[in-house]
Amino acid sequence: MSLLTIEGMEAAEMSRLLDLADGFVEVLDRPVPKVPALQGRTIGMLFYESSTRTRMSFERAAKALSADTMSFTPSGSSVSKGESLKDTALTVGSMGPDLLVVRHGSTGAPWRVAEWTGLPVINAGDGAHQHPTQALLDCLTLRQHFGSIDGLRVAIVGDIRHSRVARSTAQAFAAMGASVTFVAPTTLLPVDVNGWPVTTTSDFDGLISDLDVVYMLRIQQERGGGDVFPSIGEYVTRFGLTRRRADRLPVHTMVLHPGPMNRGVEIDPAVADGPRSLVTKQVANGVAVRMAVLFDQLSGAGSR
Amino acid sequence: MIILQGGTVFGADQGVADVAVENGRVVEIGAVSAGPDDRVIDCTNAWVGPGLVDVHVHLREPGQEWKEDIASGSRSAAAGGFTTVVAMPNTEPAVDSGQMARYVHDRGIEAGVVRVVPSGTISLGRAGKKLSHIDDLWAAGVRIFTDDGDSVADAGLLRRAMEYIAELGGIVAQHAEDPGLAGHGHMHEGAISSRLGMIGLPSMAETIIVERDIRLVELTGCRYHVQHVSARATIDVIRRAKAAGLPVTAEVAPHHLAFTDRLVESMNPVAKMYPPLRSDEDVAALREGLADGTIDCVATDHAPHSAHEKDVPFEEAPRGVIGLETAAGAINTSCALPMEDFFDRMAVRPGQLLGLDTGPLAVGSRADLTVFDPALTWTPETFVSKSANSPWIGHELTGRVRSTIFDGQVSFQLGEDAP
Repeated sequence: MSLLTIEGMEAAEMSRLLDLADGFVEVLDRPVPKVPALQGRTIGMLFYESSTRTRMSFERAAKALSADTMSFTPSGSSVSKGESLKDTALTVGSMGPDLLVVRHGSTGAPWRVAEWTGLPVINAGDGAHQHPTQALLDCLTLRQHFGSIDGLRVAIVGDIRHSRVARSTAQAFAAMGASVTFVAPTTLLPVDVNGWPVTTTSDFDGLISDLDVVYMLRIQQERGGGDVFPSIGEYVTRFGLTRRRADRLPVHTMVLHPGPMNRGVEIDPAVADGPRSLVTKQVANGVAVRMAVLFDQLSGAGSR
Repeated sequence: MIILQGGTVFGADQGVADVAVENGRVVEIGAVSAGPDDRVIDCTNAWVGPGLVDVHVHLREPGQEWKEDIASGSRSAAAGGFTTVVAMPNTEPAVDSGQMARYVHDRGIEAGVVRVVPSGTISLGRAGKKLSHIDDLWAAGVRIFTDDGDSVADAGLLRRAMEYIAELGGIVAQHAEDPGLAGHGHMHEGAISSRLGMIGLPSMAETIIVERDIRLVELTGCRYHVQHVSARATIDVIRRAKAAGLPVTAEVAPHHLAFTDRLVESMNPVAKMYPPLRSDEDVAALREGLADGTIDCVATDHAPHSAHEKDVPFEEAPRGVIGLETAAGAINTSCALPMEDFFDRMAVRPGQLLGLDTGPLAVGSRADLTVFDPALTWTPETFVSKSANSPWIGHELTGRVRSTIFDGQVSFQLGEDAP
């Protein structure tokens, strides 16, 4: 069974994975943070987009479970010689991995890899579509801090249109009972969010005193779509989490960011490093969540 | 003599009759008794009418023969009941001169199973900058001019093309897609593109170009044909233009009448084509427009791509689907037109666009004929075309072409030329 999307995953299933992740948080706290759970299993990693935290996080997770990894990145590989995704997937698949972790710039690529290879696939981000382990690590982070996600008021702010994080995390938060608001200019909102469990606004200041969580997103210039706002300066004025704006947040409100951050654009450095920030916690939880997902896929309930 | 026996004949007072063919002509309609040397084709339960005409196919030759060539595309057309196809000029090199048009025409004659009518580009090299060799193309028999694959975005260039082509009596056919609005869109812009995180290609990109072009038709009087109309709002624009008496025609592709953007949720690039599959309300409006005649004809936009080209992630895949072999069955399945309208939209009116003498069958008619069984169910799996990028694989269709007669000869017989 692959993990391709958070769409349609029920709260009980997410909670089960988060409980599993809690156990691995404890493992990672040990003097020797390693268990033999996946000894002898091999995980193939196909990362077609540049990635630091997600790729390293999966590698760290695999190794903490004693699994072997084989990594593939397109630069300096057969891809630069013109090999197709299908051929690369079949090649890597033939080397005997038990599971593939796939990141790709195009929507649906992990689905296609699963179809071609017949192997379980974890989607580590496809285009602007889905990033399910990010959604789970964000849920874990909120659950740890607030005790429960149910009833939290969350604003996801910034480039929603080009964000797979927003698409995945908003659905997960909403499934766990949070009320989610997308905050962005129209040009950075998805064209049609009818039926999504979210409300939308372009008035960040209007809701800033009524939030428990502010989730900031980076402007994804690499996903194209043309000019989407007049200038960085104007964007920061309306949608940046500046120090002044952060000062208006309720005292208990926490700040998340999936990284990489553009300091001084969507988030002020003082806020990113300040007491409200859960950013490093997110990264740490990413390892535990990926351990949970890998374990679940290869020897837990998800493998059946 | 070939005798098409016992079918419902389009033209014979709409009744059951035999049709006898000799020397490239229909020689008798009625009760025909077969002699020992005659070939008898059983047409029981089938419609017998004029050969189907497709004004929009990509035969890929010259330049991309691994996808299709004029011979394989011709056989694919015959298998779909077509006796005339218009080859789009976006080959490599593009058909922007008489020499290129003659090449396409001559290769069609060599293949010999369907009439291949070349179309020519509007702009030189299909680059959208300067006029193509319009007079030269006209002299080589080109009647439809188009930069299909791309819109003629420059209104000034299109105006000059229309003024020039209007004098000749030709047709300007437009792939209507405003490049600015279309952007790098991969699929219909709407709820599903939003959910999938793919850049959308809004309906308005089509409608706005047709609105603009109709102003140029008013100015120039040029005959104007909207290719593969896909959006409800565009049909309203065409309806108004026709009501105003402007020389405007339109075609619709079978896939736009059958599928919506929900097909993209499969992530399979077989659902990728431009214009993209749109919404339920667009499909309903297209069916209505075809039924009431606002849309003049069905055209497949047959666009072959080989398997390895489509075996990639959706956003990286080339655009287009094949359609010749499934068109008649697909139209019958999604629109269930009565026989007269079926032949009107698939043979008579597209033929008239080309100046062909298509119409109800009569003694003396050219023996380009199609035998279509409207009740035969089948599920497409394999194709005569070199390519198999069809969205209908695995979908049951009701209605299939059983025989095709081109220029008095059997060009396709179900059971012999296809299983």
